[in-house]
Amino acid sequence: MPPNDPGPRTALFVTCLNDTLFPGTGRATVTLLRRLGVEVDFPPAQSCCGQMHFNTGYRKETAKLARHFVDTFGGYDRIVVPSASCAGMPAEAYPQAAVGDPGLAREVAELAPRVVELTEYLTDRLGVVEVGAYFPHRVTYHPTCHSLRATRLGERPYRLLRAVSGIDFVELPAQDECCGFGGTFSVKNPAVSGAMNGDKARHVLETGVSVLAAVDNSCLMNIGGRLNRDGHPVRTLHLVEILARTEQDGPMPGLPVVEGAR
Amino acid sequence: MTRSFLGWPAFPEAAEREVGNRQLRENVRRATHTIRGKRAVLAAERPDWEALRDAAAGIKDQVLANLESHLLQVEEKVTAAGGTVHWARDAAEANRIVTDLVRATGEREIVKVKSMLTEEIGLDAALEAAGINARETDLAATIVQLGDDLPSHVVVPALHRNRTEIRDIFVREMGRHGRPAPEGLTDEPAELAEAARLHLREKFLGAKVAVSGANFLVAETGTLVVVESEGNGRMCLTLADTLISVVGIEKTVPSWQDLEVFLQLLARNATGERMAPYTSTWTGLGPSKGADGDGPQTFHLVLVDNGRTRALADPTGRQALRCIRCGACMNICPVYERTGGHAYGSVYPGPIGAILNPLLKGLDDPQTASLPYASTLCGACNEVCPVRIRFTDVLLDLRAQVADGGKHPVERAALGAVGGVMEHQAAWKAAVKSIGLVGPLLLPRKIRLPGPLGGWTDSRTVPAIPRESFRTWWKRTEGDAK
Ligand code: SF4
Repeated sequence: MPPNDPGPRTALFVTCLNDTLFPGTGRATVTLLRRLGVEVDFPPAQSCCGQMHFNTGYRKETAKLARHFVDTFGGYDRIVVPSASCAGMPAEAYPQAAVGDPGLAREVAELAPRVVELTEYLTDRLGVVEVGAYFPHRVTYHPTCHSLRATRLGERPYRLLRAVSGIDFVELPAQDECCGFGGTFSVKNPAVSGAMNGDKARHVLETGVSVLAAVDNSCLMNIGGRLNRDGHPVRTLHLVEILARTEQDGPMPGLPVVEGAR
Repeated sequence: MTRSFLGWPAFPEAAEREVGNRQLRENVRRATHTIRGKRAVLAAERPDWEALRDAAAGIKDQVLANLESHLLQVEEKVTAAGGTVHWARDAAEANRIVTDLVRATGEREIVKVKSMLTEEIGLDAALEAAGINARETDLAATIVQLGDDLPSHVVVPALHRNRTEIRDIFVREMGRHGRPAPEGLTDEPAELAEAARLHLREKFLGAKVAVSGANFLVAETGTLVVVESEGNGRMCLTLADTLISVVGIEKTVPSWQDLEVFLQLLARNATGERMAPYTSTWTGLGPSKGADGDGPQTFHLVLVDNGRTRALADPTGRQALRCIRCGACMNICPVYERTGGHAYGSVYPGPIGAILNPLLKGLDDPQTASLPYASTLCGACNEVCPVRIRFTDVLLDLRAQVADGGKHPVERAALGAVGGVMEHQAAWKAAVKSIGLVGPLLLPRKIRLPGPLGGWTDSRTVPAIPRESFRTWWKRTEGDAK
């Protein structure tokens, strides 16, 4: 890189769910990326990616949100997203929402490859697996459907988690089964959704962990809501909130510390 | 009276009822997990599996793009081989044709080879109304018929039954329809199979007319193909004097070389077997045109549309017509696993049912309009379908059609509130409101919300709203966490 090159311009698309309900995920993303030497910008004009609109069938509204996304993030080289399902929107949904608007379709096609899910950004673009994290707790990981079958994150989140110092990582039984959230599905079909979620929560409990991690807070909200309702103390955390913690921070308050962890 | 899915409630209502049935859930969970595991092993065994799927999807698309010429070729070849071809626009027409053909033989009891199409069109009920008793001969189809039940799976129609329930049905019903169940019948699978064999043998030997479907229709020679596990199909196809095959127009494949691709995929994906135990093929009455006295003396092929050309007109949805009814999408589906097949209100349940029924019947009926939402979009089905149907794409496209049809005014009011000025909170709030979350988010824990939102809080609490949003934090600190 030439001495005066400021490097790629990197933006954080925090997602509307994280902004409002899980700001800790956004803060952890900023903390982690700074530690790794990446300055992210937060364009305040950003809004909702339109996933719920698109998944419920509202394509014209999705197109408006796609237009806004392109206008907000068009000037950046990288757009990092701490949510696998939202990160997939520009590549998977926007082209369909932009049918009939060739201008938008062109801009979407140009922008989509620059939008990247956080763990993929870490392992593939920054080339790091060991991020200097310390988390002396027992953790399991739920690969959310989108991260598993659409974004296809594969081993990336597991590699990142296993490299965390002090962690006691346990595999989740039947991990590739859907948690039953599905956005609009959980409201239109609450009984089925609840049955699926109940099975997922049971598998989490089988692991004996104190933390369930994932890369989509929507699914964690679903599973965590069930665990909480049933009175189980398992915490749900976006994976980045684990990666952001260091030895200086010490163990996470309120969580049992794993035997033998430094 | 033969039961039917007519007037069935929309998916959420039907599903809620089924989910509450613990025995059913356990039966379906066990069965789907067993087949799932077997399929996974056998699919992984083939290094060319993905290439076979590509080929199968490509062949079907090519057929669907040239359906008319392939069907005319089928008609020509079947006719030349001594068969008679009939064309049916819809279920009523197909049922009338078959009923008239059976009536003309004077027979009152006939046998059937398991066929989803005849279930789709309600053939048994139509025949019954004409005084004709059509007996199923496939084991699972027999269980469904004896139990006056409805099919819940395309490969294993009685998948929702466990062996104790099957024993009880056999003991109670077999005697009313022919040879009774043996004394002291237990629920051992081998005993149940033997009881069915004895009961059915009478039917095969007595029947002069058989009705079948077909898994494939090879256009270049006009050959029908039935793939099965039990051999009951082979018996019906060869023992009856009159054979009537009722086949959906999308079952066509151009050539035997193309058929090879599907025969390599079907059994592995459907039942987790390397090859199906019985693959029967026949072309009209054969070269001797029945003159050798072997096999049926009369053969009719009824080609059925019943909504298929309507599905074909849907650019995204038409891929559903590639389906070869292997059942893998239902075996892998987490929704089907909890509800079983009946919740879908059709003989085609699971992911394929969620897309095919609306495509065949249209979205005007609340029942079919509810089906595209009977999915979390988890995408597990996309990965197992041997003809690479992209269920999630079709589901989303059908949802867009429902939304455009203005069927959900409240939801549209919420989600349609995306104004010209893109104010972050507004779009997000609209989104959460549409899924009923905005209410719970503002309410204390352990509360049940009224009306349609109640379902969410029945099984979950909702997170507390943080005091400071991310964007406020960013504004305050410029991202400096310390
Ligand atoms: S849609 Fe695909 S997976 Fe489902 S039954 Fe048809 S061929 Fe099999």
